[in-house]
Formats: sequence, structure tokens, C-alpha cells
Amino acid sequence: MKLDEFFVTGEPMIYAAMVSIVVASLAILIGLTYFKKWGYLWREWLTTVDHKRIGVMYIIAALLMLFRGGVDALLMRAQLAVPENGLLDAQHYNEIFTTHGVVMILFMAMPFIIGLMNVVVPLQIGARDVAFPRLNAVSFWLFFAGAMLFNISFVIGGSPDAGWTAYFPLASLEFSPTVGNNFYSISLQIAGIGTLLTGVNFIVTILKMRAPGMKLMQMPMFTWSILITSVIIVFAFPVLTVALALMMFDRMFGGQFFTMANGGMDMLWANLFWVWGHPEVYIVILPAFGIYSEIIATFSKKNLYGYKSMVASMVVISLLSFVVWAHHFYTMGHGSMVNSVFSITTMAIAVPTGVKIFNWLFTLQKGRISFTTPMLYTLAFIPIFTIGGVTGVMLAMASADYQYHNTMFLVAHFHYVLIPGTVFAVIAGFHYWFPKVFGFRLNERLGKLAFWLITIFFNVTFLPLFFLGLNGMSRRMYTYSEGSGFGPLNMVASIGAVGLALGFVVLCYNIYWSFRYAPRENVNDPWGGGRTLEWATHSPVPEYNFARTPNVKGMDAYWHSKKENQPLFEGKIEPIHMPNNSGQPFILGVIFFFLGFFLVFSWWIPSIIAGIAVIIMLAARTFERDHGRHIPVKEIMEIEEKHGGELV
Amino acid sequence: MMKQLFPIKHVMGYIFSLVLSVVALAVLMDGITYTVGLAILLICAILQAGTQLFLFMHINESKDTKTSLYLNIAYALFVGLVTIFGTLFTMIWGY
Repeated sequence: MKLDEFFVTGEPMIYAAMVSIVVASLAILIGLTYFKKWGYLWREWLTTVDHKRIGVMYIIAALLMLFRGGVDALLMRAQLAVPENGLLDAQHYNEIFTTHGVVMILFMAMPFIIGLMNVVVPLQIGARDVAFPRLNAVSFWLFFAGAMLFNISFVIGGSPDAGWTAYFPLASLEFSPTVGNNFYSISLQIAGIGTLLTGVNFIVTILKMRAPGMKLMQMPMFTWSILITSVIIVFAFPVLTVALALMMFDRMFGGQFFTMANGGMDMLWANLFWVWGHPEVYIVILPAFGIYSEIIATFSKKNLYGYKSMVASMVVISLLSFVVWAHHFYTMGHGSMVNSVFSITTMAIAVPTGVKIFNWLFTLQKGRISFTTPMLYTLAFIPIFTIGGVTGVMLAMASADYQYHNTMFLVAHFHYVLIPGTVFAVIAGFHYWFPKVFGFRLNERLGKLAFWLITIFFNVTFLPLFFLGLNGMSRRMYTYSEGSGFGPLNMVASIGAVGLALGFVVLCYNIYWSFRYAPRENVNDPWGGGRTLEWATHSPVPEYNFARTPNVKGMDAYWHSKKENQPLFEGKIEPIHMPNNSGQPFILGVIFFFLGFFLVFSWWIPSIIAGIAVIIMLAARTFERDHGRHIPVKEIMEIEEKHGGELV
Repeated sequence: MMKQLFPIKHVMGYIFSLVLSVVALAVLMDGITYTVGLAILLICAILQAGTQLFLFMHINESKDTKTSLYLNIAYALFVGLVTIFGTLFTMIWGY
């Protein structure tokens, strides 16, 4: 392979990106050396197995990816703002909408949610860490390796360009001969292993590590949503693993699984992709429902209405999520029987979702509502998400879908569920749990300003797309003629996108401002209405979470212990057993990154060496004896005193 | 000492699972019809899954998590069957 094929060439924007990547990397390296932070970075972050720190790293990575995916989105909106625009050519546009989709779903929404669940779930169930802390670090570094591998594709080798769904035959070697789709199959595979391990880890954590006395039906709703999400992850991701492996065989080893000749079946890819892909939608939405449930209960000062029906509806959604996938390709050409079956199962999902919406409304009813930033996002979510849901039911009708299929109407629909659903939820959760990790709240004024910008301009951006779709504009077209009449509404959407970007800038500025100027509170329950166990311990949370294990007697344990003046923590302080830090997960991630990179370019000898290195790492772990360490009582008392307040 | 190094149950289970893998490969031999081959594969797969679940994953060993374990297996079976028969339904029977 020649050097000019290795690097992406010929685009001024890409050159600028290369320069900025080099400059930013140099700045980070020089900064770390100058401030002598290498040791700190290695000891406190790269080798950490602490669930809170891993959660923070997930969220930082997610914010970076939000920036990357957001820039992709802005470029697309800039290209579509006016008819016959020449800003991007067709190839570049294809690459951008592909990476926008993959980055936003797999490297922004997923890690943001996994980050929040890492920070919150062990605290909510009164545990000191997850069940397998080292495995948790492996999950993070595999995700990060996958994300970085996917992202370098845009300066080295070229990005995938067959859509985030990578449908065959377009994604086959015949029609996509560059390494772009190799990046897709291998980086998703690596990140997917990480996600799968997270799923296993959290199922075990929630089932086995709850504080004494906490029954399953007394768990906080967010923890319930994570349990169900983890179950979906464990059962849905293997399908993606297999599909990606088959794709890799097709593209790199001459396999014929998805080709149109030799007995291959190209549509089988779409089928397998959505067998994973639809449950994936619920993997990113159910935790959002959990976050909203917590926030609504806290800021209405009421317990959640219909707890049992909330749990039941999530279980039903998780089962239904596995039987609706064919609604993504009604127009593929199968018979009316298939389409009818999947139409009905799809519409059935609206029932449990509706139950949840009503439960939230009933929780709000007669509550003493305080309009904090997280609560504003939650309140905006209900009506906007309902628009997304109702248009989803429209799309669920197979016969009508022949009109909507692959139009901007669809694009508007899924942004109307994913943004108010997942994105608002993770931002709300970010604001809500931020003081738990850092000991101070984000500024409310700036937070509300960002909220209004994001909510208003979200609608300005995506509402026009419904009408553009109904007028016949299909998705993924890189330009359109003036005579089509798509111009004005596209202009409105592009202006909205700028406003939306502005909202995210305010959000980031708020983080910066609050780090510098926000008053440090260091109280356990800064919102004043905390109900669940995470608010019972100090903020910021000490590394062992709880000096003494909480004694749970019912639902909303912290709230009731406050109201009824019953102590949550009893007994004397004992030495706490904690896991040791380890550099192995990080090293494994680095090796996986190189393994993936070599595989993408089919460099077999380096690939084999990296593969052997992975096996050596796994073997080394098997023969390692690490029983963790104990924090002595004296040290615990010192930490508790430093945090002040009551002993927990 | 030998008993600790070579726990008889697990060694036998390991050998058994290796044998099952070899038998499954035997389907590639000439002269085996499609039906017979598929039957061999199915039986091997079920035995193999059982060996792994009971011998190496200790599914029947702890009493307190029994319900959640079997619920999980039921869920897995549901997803597996839906994936296989759903794919056949959408891609072949209902096409």
C-alpha cells in the first residue's frame, strides 16, 4: 500500500483536521509533561478500577464523541442548507452521515449511559463497587480502543461510507473496495466486546451486591432500568458480534455470506443487523426512562407513581424489542403476512410506553415541583418524545411505510425519539448526579439557558424534516435541485442546527464555569429531595462509597430514613476490602487497538503478533493472584472526618 | 495432590467436550446425508451446551439464585428461538 492511499488526501478540510489532531495531541503531551501529570494520570485514571472514575472517563469520552458527531451533523446541515450546494461531494457526504450515525449511537449515547450507570448503580444499591471491577476497566478500554480506531478512519484509510447500517451489497468488497467498512466491522466488534462485558458485569452486580434488606422490587427505578438494559445487551449483542464476524469474513477472507452470488443472501445482513439494532434502540432508551423516573420523583417530592407497572412495562418492552426488527425493512419485498405480524408487534410497544408516560404524569400530579435544570429536561421530554412516539406508530403501519420509508420523515422521527429520549436524559442525569461526583452543582442559570436553546432549536431543526419527508425528500441525498422546493425548509433546519450547537456550547461553558466558580457545597444531598441511597453518602463520594453498609428496610430508603429519623447506617466501622488498581486493562486496550488497526489493513504478520499478545495478556491474568487490599479503620475515620458531616 | 491438579469430573468433562467437537466435525466426511449430518450436529450442540452449563458454569450449584438463573435461560431461549425462526419467517417462509 502506498502512502497516499494510507492517508486520506485531496480535501482541504481533512488536511485541517490532520493538523488540528497533531497540534492537539502535541499540546496534550507537552501539557502533561510540563505540569508533571504523567504519574497522576497513570495512577489515578489509566489504571483505576473504581466504578466512579471509570464512569467519569466514559462520560468524558462520550462528550468528545458528541463533539465529533455534532461537527458531522453541522457539516451535513451546511451542505443541505441551500440547493445545489458544492461544499461536500457525494463521497464525503456519504462518509459523514455514516460516521455521524455510528458515532452518535455507539460512541456517544452508549458510553454516556454506561458512564452514568457506572457512577450511579453501585451507589444506588449500597455497594462498594461493581461485581468485577477489573473487568469493568477492561470494558472501558475496549470501548475506547474501538472508538479511537473508528475515529482515525477519517484521516487514515478513509471512513466507512455505506451508512451506519452498512447494508449489503453496498458494504461488500465489490461496491466498497476501500478499507472504510473494515474499520466499521472491526472497531464495532472491539467496542462491542466491551459493551457485552459491561452487561454481564451489571447483571451480576445488581443481582448479587445489593445492600442487605433491599429486595428486587425495592430497587430504585434507574437500577431496574439498568438491570433490564443489561439483560437486553447480553442477549442482543451476540447477534451483532456474529453479523460483524460474517461481514469481516466476506470483506477480508473471501466469504460469501452476504454476497449475491454463490448462495449468499445480501438481505440477511439487514435482517441480522436489526435483530440486534432494534433491541439496541431500547438499550439506549430504557436507562433514559430510568433517569427520568428518578428525577421526576425527586423534584415532585413524591414517590414514583405505579412502581410495579413501571417495572412490568420495562420487562414487556424488553421482550417486545426482540420481535419487531423487520419493521426496519418493510419495503424489502416480503409478503403481507410478515409485514402484518411485525406491524402489530411494533404498535404493541406503544402500550407499555404509554403506561410509563401516564405514570410520570401521575407522579407530577399534586407534587411540589421544583423547576431545576434536570427537571426542565424531563418535563420537555414528555411532550416532545410523545411526538416521536406517535410518528413511530405512523411508521409502524407497513402499508403507509411504503410512503415514509427512507425519507426525511423517518430521520425526523428517530431524532424526535433519540434526542428528547436519550440525549435529554443523559444531560439531565449529568446535571442531576454531577454534585455526587464533584461536590458542587453546575450553574443553574447557564444550565437553564442551555436547556432553552437546546429544546427550542431542536424543534426548529427537526420539525421541518417531517414536512420535507412528506414532500418526498429522501434521506442520505447529498444535494437537491432548486425546483424540488426543498430549499426553504432545509434552510430553517440548518439555522436550527446552529442554534442547537450554540446550546451545547453553553452546556460546555457551564461545565468550565462551574469548575472555576461554582460554590463547593460538599453536602450529601444537594438537591434536598434525594430519595435513594446514592444521596446518603458524602459528595464527592469517597472511594469505598459507604463507610458502613446501609441497612435497607424498604423503597426510597434514604427518604424514609430522613422522614422517620431512622438510622440508615448502624454498627461499627470495619476495615474495607477494596480491589487493587491495575494497568492490564489499559495495556489490553492498546493491544486491541493495534490488533484492530492491523486487521483493517490486512497486515497479517503484525495482526498475528498482536493477537498472540492478547492471548498472553489473558493468560497472565489467569495466573495472577490479586486479593485486593484492606483500608484500615484509622484511614476510614480520617477520610470521614475530612468529608465532615455525619458519619455514614 | 494429583486429585487437586486433575479434578476427575472436570477433566472428563473437558475430554467429553473435545470429543463432541470432533464428532461435529465428522459431518464433513463423505457419505453423510444432509439429514443425518444435521441430526448429529443438533445432538452434539445440545450435549455440548449442557456440559458447559452444568459442569463448567455450575448452574445447579447455588440455591438462592436458582429462579433468576432459570429465568435468564428462558429469556435466552426465547431470544434464540425468535432470532432463528423469525429470520426463517421473514427471509424464507414469508418472502
